[in-house]
Amino acid sequence: MADFWVTNFQVLFSGLALGSIYALVALGFVLIIRATNVVNFAQGDFAMLGGFAMVAFLSAGLPYWLAIVMSMIMMSLFGIIFNLGVYYPLRNRSFLPVIISTLGASIFMQNTVLYIFGPQPKPMQKVFATDGINVGGVFMDTQYLTILGVTAIALLFQYVLFEKTLLGKKLQATSQDKDMARLVGIPVASMIAFTFCYSAALGGIAGILVSPVLFVSIGMGSIIALKAFSATIIGGFGDVTGAIVGGLLLGVVEAFGAQYISVPYKDAFAFLLLFIFLLVRPQGIFGEKVSEKA
Amino acid sequence: MRRLPLFLLLAALLPVLPYFIKVSPYALNMLMQVSTYAVVVLGMTVVLGYTGQISLAQATFFGLGAYAVGLGTTDWGMSFWLSLALGVAAATLAGFILGLTTLRLKGHYLAMITISFQQIFDLVLTNWIGFTHGPDGIAGINRPSLFGLSLADDRAYLLLCMAVLYAAIYFVWQLPQTELGRAMRAVRENELAAEVTGIDSLKIKVIAFTMSATLAGLGGALYAAGFAYISPDNFNFARSIEFLTMVLLGGAQSAFGSALGTSLLILLPEWLRFLKEVYMAVYGLAVILIMVFLPTGIWGLFVAWRAKYRKIGKIDTTNIEPLSIQIPVDKAAPILVLDNLHKHFGGVRAVDGISLEVSRGMIHALIGPNGSGKTTILNVLNGIYSATEGSIVCDDVNITQMKPHERAALGIGRTFQNIRLFPSLSVVENVMVGAQRANTPREPGRAALRTRALSALQFVGMAEEAEVIVQNLPYGHQRLVEIARALAGYPKFLLLDEPAAGLNQTEKKSLATLLKKLKTHGITIFLIEHDMSLIQEVSDRITVLNFGKKIAEGEPAYVLRHPEVMAAYLGETTHGAA
Repeated sequence: MADFWVTNFQVLFSGLALGSIYALVALGFVLIIRATNVVNFAQGDFAMLGGFAMVAFLSAGLPYWLAIVMSMIMMSLFGIIFNLGVYYPLRNRSFLPVIISTLGASIFMQNTVLYIFGPQPKPMQKVFATDGINVGGVFMDTQYLTILGVTAIALLFQYVLFEKTLLGKKLQATSQDKDMARLVGIPVASMIAFTFCYSAALGGIAGILVSPVLFVSIGMGSIIALKAFSATIIGGFGDVTGAIVGGLLLGVVEAFGAQYISVPYKDAFAFLLLFIFLLVRPQGIFGEKVSEKA
Repeated sequence: MRRLPLFLLLAALLPVLPYFIKVSPYALNMLMQVSTYAVVVLGMTVVLGYTGQISLAQATFFGLGAYAVGLGTTDWGMSFWLSLALGVAAATLAGFILGLTTLRLKGHYLAMITISFQQIFDLVLTNWIGFTHGPDGIAGINRPSLFGLSLADDRAYLLLCMAVLYAAIYFVWQLPQTELGRAMRAVRENELAAEVTGIDSLKIKVIAFTMSATLAGLGGALYAAGFAYISPDNFNFARSIEFLTMVLLGGAQSAFGSALGTSLLILLPEWLRFLKEVYMAVYGLAVILIMVFLPTGIWGLFVAWRAKYRKIGKIDTTNIEPLSIQIPVDKAAPILVLDNLHKHFGGVRAVDGISLEVSRGMIHALIGPNGSGKTTILNVLNGIYSATEGSIVCDDVNITQMKPHERAALGIGRTFQNIRLFPSLSVVENVMVGAQRANTPREPGRAALRTRALSALQFVGMAEEAEVIVQNLPYGHQRLVEIARALAGYPKFLLLDEPAAGLNQTEKKSLATLLKKLKTHGITIFLIEHDMSLIQEVSDRITVLNFGKKIAEGEPAYVLRHPEVMAAYLGETTHGAA
């Protein structure tokens, strides 16, 4: 009996840690959806880029903390470039060209990185050198604990930024009504650029955190992004709380699915859960049903 | 059109060319890839180009066709043709089921669910080794023979592929001119308007999705035997993106564009060999550039260029038959009965217990201040919103639970406050969509639809503009086209939402004349309007709303002097209004 609980807590723990990564990327999705009404299918590649930037800075001999800072700066700049190159020229068109353009960006980013770094996945050292701690038989890996901790800090930061600062109010106004925001003097284009910058950085954090667990590889972003996007739908499209809850839920479902049902089909559980939600409750856990106005 | 025979001759010569001049096996292989892929990409034309629905799972249907032939001809010992039929059937069925369950969802959701489907398919192909051979794939797939002739030779098999491709191109090329194809384009342009005009949009989308899957399965079946070897790599998400890029590069709205895009994207790697490792990166960049600079694809550029130099066909307006719309006003019972109708949005009671009757052959106006619930009533009448409570009976049929297109099929026509036409279709095609609704007494065939549409246009005085793309018309004319679209569908009950908004004085006068003319044909009109002089001129009866409730009803002279109405409009209290 004790074994049963230990195993399940172990699975739950790793599920939550993995789910945090999905939640971070999902949060990046949601911010862009709210600001621009489109889905950025290259969101996962922000995580991939963050991982590779880290690898590059570390191999250049930078200390770990400085490499993180440099990677974050690089990702923020990249977010702005991404906005200018991929979203901005298409901002007045329907969502379809934008989706496709971000898919193109994803192919471009992956293959450029492939060209520079080669196909071999790169290992990365953990943030803390110690292996982990043992709590009542449940082994807690330090990297997993770091992931949970950093995610909590990132969420707190975001809450303060959006709810307690003037910049946050401006961002919220932009996402709710661009024309009105423009009329009261909010620089909408800059707000959107900032959103891309911020969500690229979020993706970068997720990539750096998950790299020691998954290795840094070209394809790491795609699969994370698909799960993260599933999480936003499951949580409620465009809902911040929904993205976090959806991400954690997916991580846990996946961990238990792999433990009790099948390891090779691990990735299928997320998509099955998504299917079920789309059929039964397409508006997600926190979403409200909306219909088009005539 | 004069150049068509030459074009056909060239097209017919291309597949037999390898019999006369020496073509390397490598080049033959590429041609085979082009011809089988193009069939798959034509499926994307139907679903994305015509119907406007995104699908990122085309490679799964392609894979179903290919694996049926692969497994059928090797493991299961079936003939090629039987395997092909099985593969096409499997793809069709999968497309139908996926479409039926997911096409209620829009845009991003659809993109995501098709990606999920694609990923699950990929996992099954790779991991269900006992059935699919897993990552090793299937080798030694044999080619068929036809009428006793072996198609094992590359050149002979290419002939088969090209024949199928030409048939598919012809089919997809002709599709937009059929009722089904027109319905697809209407759904793409404005789904809500299509639904209210009488199109079952879910059905149309499912048909488009299924058709697209069928074509993909067919292409896949031919591909498997053509290359003798298949593995999961050929049917993954990257392949779906490739199909998407092909259709966009060529031009999603044209069959020829798809074939062109497919050829280019298969040949490009050959021409761009010097790029070597960066080829895929350049490819990704190209996708972005296509979206930014070539929104209608290469074929779209060609079409735009041709349109510049081609005169718009003039319509001989003297020979148009007068529009037949005589609705018998033979029953005393009202055409519309609302009983205690409610529509709530969360806590907001937009429509709060309205009961009213509209008599046959009348012009009945619905007025009230902004936000009083007028348009909401129209939307509930149409079925765009479902009623929270209460019932709607139209011509003795309880329509409260019906879908918008079912209501349209009963003869309820509608125009919108913010015009909802199908912008990139021509004027006459817009009206033809209206004419093709279910349950009309029309003759079958395209010619009858067009005749009907021209008559409706003539009725509102817009026949001369029939061939113009509707978004190029001035605002007032677009309103008239919207009315013509409703009239073409034999409406007995017409819902008009602020038809005079944005019209100048002359246009308003002719609108009033038009409304009175419609009344003489027995059509009942239920009208929302803010222009009081128009209302006084045309309406037989007025209902006044305020805050979702009825505050007055009766003849215009009575209603417009009603103290509560004056208070609602002028903001005074009942006592103050003297």
